[in-house]
Amino acid sequence: MSSIAATGKRSFGSFLWDYLTTVDHKKIAHLYLAGGGFFFILGGLEALIIRIQLIKPQNDFISAGFYNEMITMHGTTMIFLAGMPILIGLMNAAMPLQIGARDVAFPFLNALSFWLFFFGGILLNVSFLTGGAPDAGWTSYASLAMQSPGHGVDYYILGLQIAGAGTLMGGINFIATIVTMRAPGMTYMRMPLFAWATFITSVLILFAFPPLTINLFLLMFDRMFDTAFFNVALGGNTIIYQHLFWIFGHPEVYILILPLFGIFSDVIATFSRKRLFGYTAMVFATMLIAFLGFMVWAHHMFTVGLGPVANSIFAVGTMAIAVPTGIKIFNWLLTMWGGQVTINSAMLWVLGFIPTFTIGGMTGVMLGSAVADYQYHDTYFVVAHFHYVIVGGTIFGIFAGLHYWWPKMFGRILHEGMGKFTFWVFFIGFHLTFFIQHFLGLMGMPRRYWVFLHDQGLELGNFISTIGAFLMGVGTIVFIVNIVYTAVKGEKASADPWDGRTLEWSISSPPPYYNFEQLPLVRGLDPLWIEKMEGDGTIPPGEPLDDVHMPSGSFIPFLMGLGFFVAGFGFIYQTDNGLWYLALYGGMAFSIGCMVVRSLKDDFGYYIPKEELQKALEGEAK
Amino acid sequence: MSHDHSSLFPEVLPAEPEKATLEGKNKFFGQWFFLGGETVLFASLFGTYLALKNSTAGGPSSEELFGLGLVFLMTMLLLTSSLTSVYAMYHMRNNDYKKMVLWLGITGLLGIGFLVCEIYEFAHYITEYGFSFQSSAFGSAFFALVGFHGGHVLFGICWLTTLLIRNAKRGLNLYNAPKFNTFSLFWHFIDVVWVFIFTVVYLMGKVG
Repeated sequence: MSSIAATGKRSFGSFLWDYLTTVDHKKIAHLYLAGGGFFFILGGLEALIIRIQLIKPQNDFISAGFYNEMITMHGTTMIFLAGMPILIGLMNAAMPLQIGARDVAFPFLNALSFWLFFFGGILLNVSFLTGGAPDAGWTSYASLAMQSPGHGVDYYILGLQIAGAGTLMGGINFIATIVTMRAPGMTYMRMPLFAWATFITSVLILFAFPPLTINLFLLMFDRMFDTAFFNVALGGNTIIYQHLFWIFGHPEVYILILPLFGIFSDVIATFSRKRLFGYTAMVFATMLIAFLGFMVWAHHMFTVGLGPVANSIFAVGTMAIAVPTGIKIFNWLLTMWGGQVTINSAMLWVLGFIPTFTIGGMTGVMLGSAVADYQYHDTYFVVAHFHYVIVGGTIFGIFAGLHYWWPKMFGRILHEGMGKFTFWVFFIGFHLTFFIQHFLGLMGMPRRYWVFLHDQGLELGNFISTIGAFLMGVGTIVFIVNIVYTAVKGEKASADPWDGRTLEWSISSPPPYYNFEQLPLVRGLDPLWIEKMEGDGTIPPGEPLDDVHMPSGSFIPFLMGLGFFVAGFGFIYQTDNGLWYLALYGGMAFSIGCMVVRSLKDDFGYYIPKEELQKALEGEAK
Repeated sequence: MSHDHSSLFPEVLPAEPEKATLEGKNKFFGQWFFLGGETVLFASLFGTYLALKNSTAGGPSSEELFGLGLVFLMTMLLLTSSLTSVYAMYHMRNNDYKKMVLWLGITGLLGIGFLVCEIYEFAHYITEYGFSFQSSAFGSAFFALVGFHGGHVLFGICWLTTLLIRNAKRGLNLYNAPKFNTFSLFWHFIDVVWVFIFTVVYLMGKVG
């Protein structure tokens, strides 16, 4: 046990084994960031290939079939394998510290969540090597997916099913953590906005992912077991797929944005050296957005023909979301108003986010008008809109969050110069890429088309768009260089490099593996700031010093993920050859066997003796 | 190591042994949230079923297929098993391990009885009516919804069996009490789902 605490040089083998068996939320955060970062690069390369293909009219850089695989995998990868995992990584890194907890509610499950995501993502991408990736779009509508030859779509189904199960577990884990494990005095209305956002996002995950699970099952049954859900000849109905997909899919976009609203709120308050303006309104606006997010799925289906009544209701619901979002925008602006604003890399991303996201929200209201949507539907206007909100919100927010919490996660501060360079190149590149696409869309350029024709006025716009995409690529490369530079030569971070306001800045950077020697006593919103203003600058303890209970590490989560990974291949290929049932049953039996082992073997965890904590406390006092 | 795990095995159990430790409380809440997600899972299946229940593609309709006698028996078996699991939890809180195991055993047997009836029902539809998972969209939706529920019952029985075997000689403590309690929550949930299946699928299938 004490070996975990031991620092200093270790062999690569023990380092690897440590991460393969860890159940520590801080290390799982590292794993999520590394995994999500890897898929982010992959998704970015796919985006560049799409943009190269569209750099000039009737280009033949890639084939039409491969283009379909690229747009499908770009969307799927960025949403499921890059965006969400990086967010869950940041939640893992910061949320337990922010509420003053020693870990999440279910550390074992937390590791399992990661490994399911990881193996699901790998499974999805193996399809490139085995005869073709999914090619029915990231939505994979049944009418198209049922017609897709080969096994591409099967990989989509199994990969997302496995990764989605991991995400669902993560959601349950975070909710339980926040309900039961807040530190003494940390009431709900004293939680930092990022903790609130994690909580509400997790509720969204909990209620939004099951429809996706079912939808993927139905598609799997139809494609692999000859059922008739979407087979019109046997009475099936493909619109069911669209409904279930968007009942999941619309909350999903809020899952992608609400955590960032939390990050922006924390970053703005910290770097304006001011309490967040309208804290209560911010919390309830977040809840309202989440609630309304479940009420508007059919605005993705205006052109399906649901009729004027349904379309009107969903149009009004959609526009209503602009109200709580507007509350947030104004509260951020008013937090900065009159504050002592520091403009560094993290803050630049926030400042870039506000106008960008507002533009994305505005085009969202335009798209929400059912009548006008008949014109915009499936054009580049839609592509521009959702990149303004997802890149302008989620990706900008991820960069802000990474700059903000990097010192806490890794003990070193990211290089400011390179950080600012990344921001400006990425920001300019982003607007070059996507602003022009609004107009391409209004001129009638449809999305998902492999080529466009000469002399339709689309050449210049597409050319500019491709240049912009490369600038974003340059920004990302500089960021990676920044990470490497920081790891080697970066400035060491103190416990509180930003003059922070919340609990995570009251402990060392990076924090000890047990987080808090004694759980903190929280006296109000922005607890650390209160102690700086009214106390001695340190957080008073909320419990007497005692032995700390810790969970033991486990290799089982990795093995369970591996079992499902193998079973995934079994499901995919059993339609070709019955021998693959061996992989199917073998993999499932292995994973369920791991579950039984976990259940039968008592795992009481272990205790850190208080003498060790006492020593650590004395070390800090010096 | 200055601290052992004796606090998990007290001489006298507290009033609510399933929620007495932080781990137990976490499991209690976590299971409730999980069941919230499961509710949406089944809601999706119910929605699909309602959309497709008249898409028989020339095959037998729900009026021709369903016999309420067998379904009534299944309902009674499962509802009773929910009651017996309540008795088991009652005895758990009174720290009466033997009686808890007895009632959990009865719960499991009732569950197995339910499953046997369901397997007979499915086999009957397939062999007598040619009504299967693949025969029509109605068939797909029916077997998906009712089969998912049956799968949950099967999982519950396996879970219960593992729990009972593992803890056969150990008696009740603060480590395993939360495990029995989360199982009982799960078992109530699949019972509630069955009430909806009985109403929406079978009763409405007979009169609709």
